[in-house]
Amino acid sequence: MSTVVEETHHDTHHDHKPSGIGRWLFTTNHKDIGSMYLWFSFTMFLVGGAMAMIIRAELFQPGLQLVEPQFFNQMTTVHGLVMIFGAVMPAFTGLANWMIPMMIGAPDMALPRMNNWSFWILPFAFMILLGSLFMEGGGPAFGWTAYAPLSTTYSSDSTALFVFSVHIMGISSIMGAINVIVTIMNMRAPGMNYMKMPLFVWTWFITAFLLIAVMPVLAGAVTMLLTDKYFGTSFFDAAGGGDPVMYQHIFWFFGHPEVYIMILPSFGIISAIIPAFARKRLFGYSSMVYATAAIALLSFLVWAHHMFTTGMPVFAELFFMYCTMLIAVPTGVKIFNWVATMWRGSMTFETPMLFALAFVILFTIGGFSGLMLAITPADFQYHDTYFVVAHFHYVLVTGAIFSIMAAAYYWLPKWTGHMYDSTLAKTHFWTSLISVNVLFFPMHFAGLAGMPRRIPDYATQFADINQIASIGGFAFGLSQLIFLWVAIKCVKGGEKAAAKPWEGAEGLEWTVPSPAPYHTFEKPPKVE
Amino acid sequence: MKMKPLWALLALTSLPAAAQSRLNMTQGVTEVSNRVYDLHMTIFYICCVIGVIVFGLMFISMIRHRKSKNPTPSNFHENVKVEIAWTIVPLLILAGMAVPATTTLIAMEDTSDADVTVQVTGSQWKWHYKYFENEVEYFSRLATQQEQIDNEFEKGENYLLEVDRPLVIPTNKKVRFLVTSDDVIHSWWVPDFAIKKDANPGFINETWTRVEEPGIYRGQCAELCGKDHGFMPIVVIAKEPAEYEKWITEKEEEQRKAREREQELLAMEMSEDELMDLGEKVYNSTCAACHQANGQGVNGVFPALAGSGVAADPEAKSKHIDIVVNGVTGTAMQAFGSQLSMRELAAVITYERNAWGNDTGDLIQAADINEVMNQ
Repeated sequence: MSTVVEETHHDTHHDHKPSGIGRWLFTTNHKDIGSMYLWFSFTMFLVGGAMAMIIRAELFQPGLQLVEPQFFNQMTTVHGLVMIFGAVMPAFTGLANWMIPMMIGAPDMALPRMNNWSFWILPFAFMILLGSLFMEGGGPAFGWTAYAPLSTTYSSDSTALFVFSVHIMGISSIMGAINVIVTIMNMRAPGMNYMKMPLFVWTWFITAFLLIAVMPVLAGAVTMLLTDKYFGTSFFDAAGGGDPVMYQHIFWFFGHPEVYIMILPSFGIISAIIPAFARKRLFGYSSMVYATAAIALLSFLVWAHHMFTTGMPVFAELFFMYCTMLIAVPTGVKIFNWVATMWRGSMTFETPMLFALAFVILFTIGGFSGLMLAITPADFQYHDTYFVVAHFHYVLVTGAIFSIMAAAYYWLPKWTGHMYDSTLAKTHFWTSLISVNVLFFPMHFAGLAGMPRRIPDYATQFADINQIASIGGFAFGLSQLIFLWVAIKCVKGGEKAAAKPWEGAEGLEWTVPSPAPYHTFEKPPKVE
Repeated sequence: MKMKPLWALLALTSLPAAAQSRLNMTQGVTEVSNRVYDLHMTIFYICCVIGVIVFGLMFISMIRHRKSKNPTPSNFHENVKVEIAWTIVPLLILAGMAVPATTTLIAMEDTSDADVTVQVTGSQWKWHYKYFENEVEYFSRLATQQEQIDNEFEKGENYLLEVDRPLVIPTNKKVRFLVTSDDVIHSWWVPDFAIKKDANPGFINETWTRVEEPGIYRGQCAELCGKDHGFMPIVVIAKEPAEYEKWITEKEEEQRKAREREQELLAMEMSEDELMDLGEKVYNSTCAACHQANGQGVNGVFPALAGSGVAADPEAKSKHIDIVVNGVTGTAMQAFGSQLSMRELAAVITYERNAWGNDTGDLIQAADINEVMNQ
């Protein structure tokens, strides 16, 4: 292994990377592209977060105070789109770009020019989407789900821009996914067979197949919206022989696997961090792989649990209820494996570990509410209320986003060559942990007591719950600025990081120096 | 850490509260809603037990298996028996949960042998109820004043949960609802009945309830349906069967008389002041949600009427009547011919043609509307 390190040192003297903006525009380097994805994702996180602040400010008390209902609907819609397609997915792609080649001992991604292209179309997609907010008639106001006919006959002309931006996001995701699959299948170092791959690589491998399977479905669905609105088709219009509920079936056939696209890579991250800080091998590696594959397969069989109230035959409702309940089994296996990994380990609680532990607990709470939502008769009461809002924010914010934060703290020393400011990082963790629960936990109660989602004003009995949630929201929003500060500080300087700054960390990425040289593993390492 | 407030809240919510809990699902007033509530509490308690075990083990591990207490980690990383156990046990729990869920669901979807049938139609942003057994139908709109929403007046007790004409149903009878929509998808939700059914344009969904206690039950539209989605509540009054019969007979008679009076009024001319007064009222309750009280509309979404091609054009009188009566297909403009009386239609069109600087001077009479409707 020492020869590998020497080689990479040697390489760093021959980095013929262009300077200035050209380096970033034309780069084909997986590390540069990974960094750009991560910064882009964080920018979108702040943009989408700003919209969430507007939503929480309007909901701070009953009555209409700050914004018009139509604008409120634009905020909920674009907040969802920006957070899903702009923040969470690009963050995972950024992590994949940085880490997958280093984890499997490859010099770069398999298709570096496509890699550049798949990143650089993203900012344009979001310029189009965000620009549509300034159009006459405003931006998309039909929810991120864009149910027809609200998104066709009854929408403003920004719908066309919404459709095009979703197309571009989809193309970007598909190209990213192809790159991940080709890289993993072809560029593993000798000896790195499939069942030796780190779980982050495994979960991304499976995620990439999900992306290729469902992003075209979304593209098809929104294209049908476009032709229904502008070209006289009637896919979703009963008057022309179509069916508005068909849109929902197509959308959720994309949408449910999409949910797992946003959580499977998290499972990989957590499966790297918990063993590292428990100083103990991951419990049940192979069952983790099988559970991930099982979740991915089941994700294609549960889409209609988002649509129990649309009026399906009882048989269909039962089928989707049973399949949905089944997902709890492989998900449970993962949780139990992580707890068993911790058991009789030798744990320390650095920031990545804190986020990982919070992930396990809070994601499980999101899983519990998911299990409750699976029970169809109860879902009739939960559906489209704040209970659902609480549920998916637990799995997406304290699930996906907490895992991304954990990953960032875990690999920041490798990326920057510096240790982050640990006091600030812990402050970021504790303020986020407390505020996120003040923000989302009370929403469960609002939903159970009968508050529908996506409303700009509400009955007075929900006033105190909303006030508490809003205060939590503002605090959570502000806490993320601490993260920005930590990241910038860490890029600029700080204590020098060792090649392997974490005592118990495993994996090829820790065999290269910190910061990782511009080119790594030009000669493949030998894996035992 | 998380569980403490949860248990405290749980203790609050399990008090024998007759009224709607502010923190938990309502038990409701039907057999079905009680079964749904029981399912909800069962799955909730199952989750709590699993949560206590899993999180408990995690916290024990975090305390006892930290580096300062346990410097040398064990190195076990597999145990087939344990792994099989934690796959099978959850499966069994889920199977146990699936049984009551299935029977409840089948009962909920059995809409056969109904005593009373009501068609529920959602449209932006109101509900329409039509009784099948009697000739009674009407619209039901939000009754909360705009000033309360705009924080100019004190908010009332039923803020945003009150309507002008509630739905009335008999107690202890099986009432079937046929739910549909005139425009976008809405969802008819009354928590006390455990009913939430989407109103899909062009399709009819069925659901039912049998309410045991007389009372007033409130709900809201549950599917995002545009700008005023938050402002289309549902109010259902359940009356004893005898009282219900009395109410529905009176209502039927009242609506029959109104139709007759409408025919008589066709021959009568209304004065400009009468037309403008009534027109303004109708405009504000029916049209202003989209076209705005000042007739300026919303740029790019709802067209302006002030100075507009149709409402301000003296030549376009019959086109104007046609648009209001029959709607414009492919847009959000509904056909108001079925929603307003001919007098109201005449008045509101007159108002639109003479307000906000539109000075066509046209006076439209009920007879003009009748002519368009009979075409």
